[in-house]
Amino acid sequence: MPEANSNPPPLVRMSGITKRFGPVTVLRDVQFECRAGEVHVLAGENGAGKSTLIKILAGVHTEFEGRLEINGSRGVAVIHQELSLIGSMSVADNIFLGRAPARAGFVCAARQEQDSRRWTAQLGLDIDVRQPVEKFPAAIQQLIEIAKALSQDARVIVMDEPTSALNAPEVARLFALIQSLKARGCAIIYITHKMEEIERIADRITVLRDGQWIGTAPAAELPAPKLIQWMVGRELGEQFPRRVPHSGGERLRLENFSVFPTGFSARPAVNQISLSARAGEVVGIGGLQGSGASELFLGLFGAYGSRTSGAAQMDGRPCRFASPRQAIGSGVALLTNDRKATGLVLSLSVAANATLAGLPALSPGGWRSPARERAAAEKMTGPMRLRAASLDAEAGTLSGGNQQKVALAKSLQTRPRLLLLDEPTRGIDVGAKREIYQLVDEWTAQGIAILLITSEMPELLTLSDRVIVLHRGRITAELARGQATPEAVLAAAMGQTTEEL
Amino acid sequence: MNDTADAARPPAWKTFLGSPGGRALLALVLVLAAGAAFNADGAFFKIGTHRDTLRQASVYGILACGMTLVIISGGIDLAVGSVVALTAVCAATMAIHWNWPAWEVVPASLAIGGACGTIAGFITAAWKVQPFIATLAMMVFARGLAKYASGGMKVSTAVQNADGTYHYVEVPTLFRVIDHRILGGNLSMVTVIFIICVALAWLALSRHRWGRYLYAIGGNEEAARLSGVPVVGAKVCAYAASGLFAAVAGLCQAAQEQQGDPEAGAGYELVAIAMVVIGGTSLMGGRGGIGLTLLGVLTIGYLDKILSINAVPEAGRLVLTGVIIVAAVMTQRRNRT
Repeated sequence: MPEANSNPPPLVRMSGITKRFGPVTVLRDVQFECRAGEVHVLAGENGAGKSTLIKILAGVHTEFEGRLEINGSRGVAVIHQELSLIGSMSVADNIFLGRAPARAGFVCAARQEQDSRRWTAQLGLDIDVRQPVEKFPAAIQQLIEIAKALSQDARVIVMDEPTSALNAPEVARLFALIQSLKARGCAIIYITHKMEEIERIADRITVLRDGQWIGTAPAAELPAPKLIQWMVGRELGEQFPRRVPHSGGERLRLENFSVFPTGFSARPAVNQISLSARAGEVVGIGGLQGSGASELFLGLFGAYGSRTSGAAQMDGRPCRFASPRQAIGSGVALLTNDRKATGLVLSLSVAANATLAGLPALSPGGWRSPARERAAAEKMTGPMRLRAASLDAEAGTLSGGNQQKVALAKSLQTRPRLLLLDEPTRGIDVGAKREIYQLVDEWTAQGIAILLITSEMPELLTLSDRVIVLHRGRITAELARGQATPEAVLAAAMGQTTEEL
Repeated sequence: MNDTADAARPPAWKTFLGSPGGRALLALVLVLAAGAAFNADGAFFKIGTHRDTLRQASVYGILACGMTLVIISGGIDLAVGSVVALTAVCAATMAIHWNWPAWEVVPASLAIGGACGTIAGFITAAWKVQPFIATLAMMVFARGLAKYASGGMKVSTAVQNADGTYHYVEVPTLFRVIDHRILGGNLSMVTVIFIICVALAWLALSRHRWGRYLYAIGGNEEAARLSGVPVVGAKVCAYAASGLFAAVAGLCQAAQEQQGDPEAGAGYELVAIAMVVIGGTSLMGGRGGIGLTLLGVLTIGYLDKILSINAVPEAGRLVLTGVIIVAAVMTQRRNRT
């Protein structure tokens, strides 16, 4: 698949790259090269290993197997997806952070400002570079980030989803700039989840899947359907227990539901979506990074207070939760996508974590009974085959899979009627995954409605009775079990709306 | 068979000394051993020495009870020293000048302390002002109130007459009861009050839902919120409780001094924090307990007493105490991660 013609010589050549984090291999024998004057798109699903590869290229990860050659001394500039700017410092200070033009140790502010203005002007930004970065909206900040990378005058520029906060004219300006960088002999490595952008600017495309190199091809030889097939092309094995649908009455209905995590003045993370879920049904929510799926859960759960709009009904009764406490009281439970950061209190015991959400019911009058809590924790964790030294062990000492089971036990403790599962199997081993799938089956049999977010395609397709695909906060497809193919889900997740279904 | 327990368990004594409680107990034993070694011609073995040690540590200890609640929730309360002064001044005014009976003075004093704590707690929990700043503001504010309420003078039993002369009134019964000794003069009432405070704080932390909420908030506030924990309410209650304990300490202070001194309690908050931290309660929140604080109170109390019976001058005492606080916190830290 890589062509024989390698003239001019590549600016970057990586071969046989293998990277392990502990026992987990995230990249296996990956090859990648990038030539002067090309836009090389790096494509793959979430977790395919794109970011790790970029981090190796940028020198963030220095321990890996394989060869990395970078020609030319000007190095690699990376425009990070999550902004790396310091909000309280000025635009000019940020652009020249760590390499400010200086004389005898004193920064030449005037020269720094002048140079900064030159770089921002190239991006069509007319801003005062002496203002602190935090004063500007996210889109401008992203352009400042790009100006910072350009000012490093590197010949290899990595752009990791640079357009996620930009509007159409800004994107057009960025693309024009990319063309001029190409003409100057720079190589651009471009990561995106938007099919439309790949079609517009890619010269060559390399696809990674599950940490492996799938292929590299000129963009012209890789039309969207073929690209998607390369990205997902995986047999859906027998690793999932077959689910029997247990559909009951309508449990949840959302109409024109929007979520504004940072306030009503900002762009909503979830934009006027309507969906429903029945008792005993698993509705999968598909989407790539920035789709708004997690924000949908948090908004529905009351984690953003009242910063939601639209109508929500549970069992036919209107429900708008202003706090997670209200949501839990009304029979909703949430498993967050990051058990360490938002799921568990790692300094508390397994039993304390498992009973935290259900504590009001376990402590009538406010007085706790350790024996009652133990019994409740045992009852919840028993069916999950939790392997902990004891219920008194600190949650932080457990393995990832067992921590996840504790987080699930906590959610289930409140006897929810609607369960929101955000990445229930992230970072846990195959055995624990299988057990969680079986639990999902048991819960639906009890009539719990489940909304499921997962970035693992086989999991999404086999667990879900229906798949709803989000792209930038909007529904781009609703697929019944039979229609939900990896290709259809990924196409919708990359912004292609379903034409006829 | 299980993937969390370590393969070879270390011996029990090692596990014990590795735990915060074991280390805090070791520190106390070392201090007591030092007291036995430098016993100042047997003064350390007299029961009166221990009674005085406990009495002197009690006011700080009462503050440390409230401080433990706040620190476990991930906060800090710098206002307690000033609240001691404010409630001491108010209690003295009510009991001495206004001749209020105890059943009015005590609730009124508690209400004043509780209100100070509630306000500071509300500012930090609901308005998201850092606890350090919110309670620093309350520290200054309460000190100002104490000076305002007392006119900058000590409120004592020497009451000024209309013509500018003074006459002495009797010490109020409330103060005499609090300053009383029981069990044949071998136990001070303030120590009994301290023990009651420890028991109340233990009940809250170990047996009440609210205590579990404080641990959860201190350990991971976002996870606690998403688990339905009423974060704002629980935090406000912690600061309110700290204010209540400070009011109790203020009553004890006023009773022991038989006056309300608007300058009283300065720096007490730092002693209370040191006691909590030496016990092994984490300043990061989420870990610790009242039992640990009790050990910390005894350690600092005895350390101070041993230095003073050996006639170490105050300058040296402060320097040594500072060194020992750092040493204790360093050993507490090593067992984490």
